[in-house]
Amino acid sequence: MAHTDEHEGTRRDFLYYATAGAGAVAAGAAVWPLVNQMNPSADVLALASIRVDLADVEPGTQITVLWQGKPVFIRRRTDSEIQAARAVNMDELIDGNDRNDNKPDLPATDENRTLDESGEWLVMLGVCTHLGCVPLGDGAGEFGGWFCPCHGSHYDTAGRIRKGPAPENLLVPVARFDGETELVIGKENA
Amino acid sequence: MGGIPHDHYEPKSKAAKAVHSRLPIVGLLYDTLMVPTPKNLNWMWIWGIVLTFCLAMQIITGVVLVMHYTPHVDLAFASIEHIMRDVNGGHMIRYFHMNGASLFFIAVYAHMFRGLYYGSYKAPREITWIIGMIIYLLMMATGFLGYVLPWGQMSFHGTAVITGLFGAIPFVGESLQTWLLGAGAVGQPALNRFFSLHYLLPFLIAGLVILHIWAFHTTGNNNPTGVEVRRGSKAEAEKDTLPFWPYFVVKDLFALGLILTVFMAIIGFMPNYLGHPDNYIEANALVTPAHIVPEWYYLPFYAILRAFTSEVWVVQIASFVTGGIVDAKFFGVLAMFGAIAVMALAPWLDTSTVRSGRFRPMFKWWFGILVADFIFLMWLGARPAAEPYATLSLIGATYWFAYFLVILPLLGVLEKPLTPPATIEDDFNAKYGKLGAADAANPAE
Repeated sequence: MAHTDEHEGTRRDFLYYATAGAGAVAAGAAVWPLVNQMNPSADVLALASIRVDLADVEPGTQITVLWQGKPVFIRRRTDSEIQAARAVNMDELIDGNDRNDNKPDLPATDENRTLDESGEWLVMLGVCTHLGCVPLGDGAGEFGGWFCPCHGSHYDTAGRIRKGPAPENLLVPVARFDGETELVIGKENA
Repeated sequence: MGGIPHDHYEPKSKAAKAVHSRLPIVGLLYDTLMVPTPKNLNWMWIWGIVLTFCLAMQIITGVVLVMHYTPHVDLAFASIEHIMRDVNGGHMIRYFHMNGASLFFIAVYAHMFRGLYYGSYKAPREITWIIGMIIYLLMMATGFLGYVLPWGQMSFHGTAVITGLFGAIPFVGESLQTWLLGAGAVGQPALNRFFSLHYLLPFLIAGLVILHIWAFHTTGNNNPTGVEVRRGSKAEAEKDTLPFWPYFVVKDLFALGLILTVFMAIIGFMPNYLGHPDNYIEANALVTPAHIVPEWYYLPFYAILRAFTSEVWVVQIASFVTGGIVDAKFFGVLAMFGAIAVMALAPWLDTSTVRSGRFRPMFKWWFGILVADFIFLMWLGARPAAEPYATLSLIGATYWFAYFLVILPLLGVLEKPLTPPATIEDDFNAKYGKLGAADAANPAE
């Protein structure tokens, strides 16, 4: 076999590689739709925004609404809650990012977390950033904000993580007021 | 098939010969059933049959339950109640299936700790061990997927937590979690696909069980002495072994009978003892149950997951070294899967020249602590996420890793093992005497 000493690619080598390459591409093309079918379908993606009337929410109370399958906490804070949140030194925070989709990547000050200037309205996803449980509200936990019973994460009155395994502050979704009392959560389709 | 010399199937009739020359399936079954088995196996060698029984029971009751179940968020919970109240005998079938999962895990843990004590994982049985670990992982996945289907509060929020584990992976986590759930949150797409996978995985497990059995039939069973069966000749091998049928089948079925007596008592008198009342409340996305607890068989690893918070210095170092990529959340997930991974690596971490723990005076103690640690972690996993349980979990988790990564490798060097008997026959005779051996070898006399 004179062939075996020849190190240059032969016509047959080329055919082997071309066949194997085409086979790999074909297999990948066949697998991709089977993988991609598990991604969110069109009807799931279509449920983009909701409107909530906040006329009946008194200071010191909160309501929970369902948006895209997830709970959203809407809290109308009292003055003492606002003051407690604003008195916190930035060095004490575990997560220094405000996690606010309306004001991305700013420092996690109370002003950057809330929806309005006065800091009365705090709107956040009610999903613990640890493993996705729904935290308990109404002053729960060691910091008077929220407490996740699953693995013991404590959030303060601005929904910032202060103690426990959760890595991030509670996320603030895209939200805005439409008029005095109507809140729009999510991006509205134009 | 096996490496131990023994008699093979000889077709007698003309028809049997005709079949055998075309498809030797009877020969395959005969060799599997008559495999030479060490005659000194003790009562810890019964779990294989219990596990096989559990797998069959879960598949049969599962197929039947699917005839009445509806995988839809609005109907799933009601269809379970339909099974419990209206379907003929439905409540019993479901209780068998629910508690069958618990029996399955009791048996698999006994089987695994048996392997860890008697060194069954050591060469040449590493592949059997690894296949076993894969089966164990698939069992945990199947159990979790099945727990989602009743669509109760624990089902729903448990799913959020478990898929959240994948969300903790840096960079790709969030997309991966969305891909697994088919949406941003747990809902219809998740329920539908989990149902599909819950039906699929048991059949993969069944396939792996065949490989598991094939592997240890090739290497031969381990036994309490860890001494290999002599395989120089058939006569020699027969001094150490007895055929699986009828000797071990009858013994194993007797043990299975006792275990099923207890199992039936639990199904009859306390079928919900191992479950959580919260799962009889329909899923509600707005309220997480006050105390989320996984099923008991996940608790040790759940405790390890929770043990590593951002206050632990190992976590802080990992976070610093990786520039924050490995945070407390991801570290916990790594620790949980790592706890299973180190167990899978036991064949290569154990450096001792002696296989069985029976002849390892120091190992015995460390192994005993490992079993206690496992039960301790199981208890901790069900406690609330607060002190002192967090610190205790950390201690328990540390011992778990230390056992596999430090103690097993060091013991091989530090320990002076006893001398195991030269042959299995010697061990058997020492316990039962020559007479017992003669009786067993010639049962017809």
